[in-house]
Amino acid sequence: MGLSDLIRESTLPWLSGAGEYGDVVLGSRIRLARNFQRIPFPGRADLNQLATTRLMVERILPGIAKTLGTSFIVADMEKLPKLSRSVLVEKQYISAKFTKNPQHRVAFVSNDERMSILVNEEDHLRIQCMAPGLALEDSYELASRFDDLVEEKLDIAFDEKMGYLTSCPTNLGTGLRASVILHLPGLVFTKNIQNIVNISPQLGLAIRPIYGDAKESFGNIFLLSNQLTLGFSEAELIANLKTAAKEIVSHERQARKALSLYMKERLEDEVYRSYGTLRYARLLSEREALSLLSKVRLGVDLRMMETPTAKDFGRMLVRMGDSYLRNLAENENLSKNEIERLRAQKVREILLEKAPRPQSEPIEDI
Amino acid sequence: MLCDECGRNEAVIHIVQAGPNGRTEHNLCEECASHYSDLILPYSGRNKDMSMNDFLKGVFSAEEPQKIEQEAPNDEPDALVCPNCGMSYEDFQHTGKIGCSVCYQTFRRELFPLLRRIHGASSHRGKIPHRSGSALERKQHIARLREELKRTIEQEEYERAAELRDEIRALELKEQEGGGADGTV
Repeated sequence: MGLSDLIRESTLPWLSGAGEYGDVVLGSRIRLARNFQRIPFPGRADLNQLATTRLMVERILPGIAKTLGTSFIVADMEKLPKLSRSVLVEKQYISAKFTKNPQHRVAFVSNDERMSILVNEEDHLRIQCMAPGLALEDSYELASRFDDLVEEKLDIAFDEKMGYLTSCPTNLGTGLRASVILHLPGLVFTKNIQNIVNISPQLGLAIRPIYGDAKESFGNIFLLSNQLTLGFSEAELIANLKTAAKEIVSHERQARKALSLYMKERLEDEVYRSYGTLRYARLLSEREALSLLSKVRLGVDLRMMETPTAKDFGRMLVRMGDSYLRNLAENENLSKNEIERLRAQKVREILLEKAPRPQSEPIEDI
Repeated sequence: MLCDECGRNEAVIHIVQAGPNGRTEHNLCEECASHYSDLILPYSGRNKDMSMNDFLKGVFSAEEPQKIEQEAPNDEPDALVCPNCGMSYEDFQHTGKIGCSVCYQTFRRELFPLLRRIHGASSHRGKIPHRSGSALERKQHIARLREELKRTIEQEEYERAAELRDEIRALELKEQEGGGADGTV
């Protein structure tokens, strides 16, 4: 697999829908922030210092890859066209901040796409590991192993009292940000999501919608992550997040059950209408598509219909992205209308692969 | 009611300001009110990336000057500059970002109260880097042994205490010699 595949593909391993609690937890992520001693942090470093950091990592990476039994795809921000960069942001391999000043910013994505190493983001090194479902421990293990291998060769900035030193004091200590991506249509439709949002800070956690803003979100997909990084061990932070995630999963499942018991007909109607629209619409805005897709996924999870599968759901999520579609059309200046048309077409393609009742539906030409 | 400012459009937004000179009321149309939006909603959506940082910037600069005055009235806080990267504490208050690893030493005293505010704690309990932290691991190990030694003496387990004393001595000797360069504990 090469860089162009990484950008073009629409199947992300960490969005495959597999894994524990896969009906609610779409994926888990671990991020470790690390810096090298004495070299100014990327926000303050000059071009020479940025280049030094990059060189240091590039020198030790082949050895690490060999030990871990993987290889890394190199995504050099300076060499990548803008559109490719935004596709990688959409796929969450890199952050939006990473693309702002591309000089000496390099991402290394492992061949199995479980790991993405960012050099010269906010910190010298950001080690990110992703996995489908609720799998924080495995991802942490991998990230920590990578960290150990780096530390064998390079001097990491560390303080006895303050822990790993980071560019932003909010990451100090463990430098760990653990997060899970949750699909919570049940809690949104039963209007219970606000309770979860309100209670999270008390547990040292933050939850925010992935699509839309704080005022108005769509798609019912949320990111839950730890807020505190200092004063707790990595295992404690992860256990805390995991307990909270499991609690939310059980509430979500209850809400879904309640919906399917007390509002069965309404729900069924909504699910099939959404499916119908996704299947036949010719123009889809991201907002509409995500809202519909969430309902269809809920229907699949409640066994109202068999397809699209969780994996297809992940593929559709990727294909919804503006940058993904622009890149597909190889046209950076695609109009809004063209994007919506292409989005509808791409969604339709996946739904047509495994239509639930193909014999009774009219054949259509695309 | 017409807008106080332009006098042309219907006023839809009413602002009541309670100041030292009593209450003042403004009735504004949507267009004129938008000029005030910074005042009313300083964080309204224009820049999505800002939230945490800008919030922190506020936290750092709002309380720190006061703090420094209390703690060290004779010091000039502005004069505090990191010898490695040249960042001043004032820079940090503006950006909310630290400059380099040495800054944490330079601004140590100023940073601790802040860390307690952010994290509710100011001492690390997680992972320690094996190589550069091996001296630290050893230090923590010695501290633990000392505690145990104290306990054994109190309980008059002298045989065990003698063992512990020797172990601590050996570790301390190793620390003086190697300084943690061997990478193992």
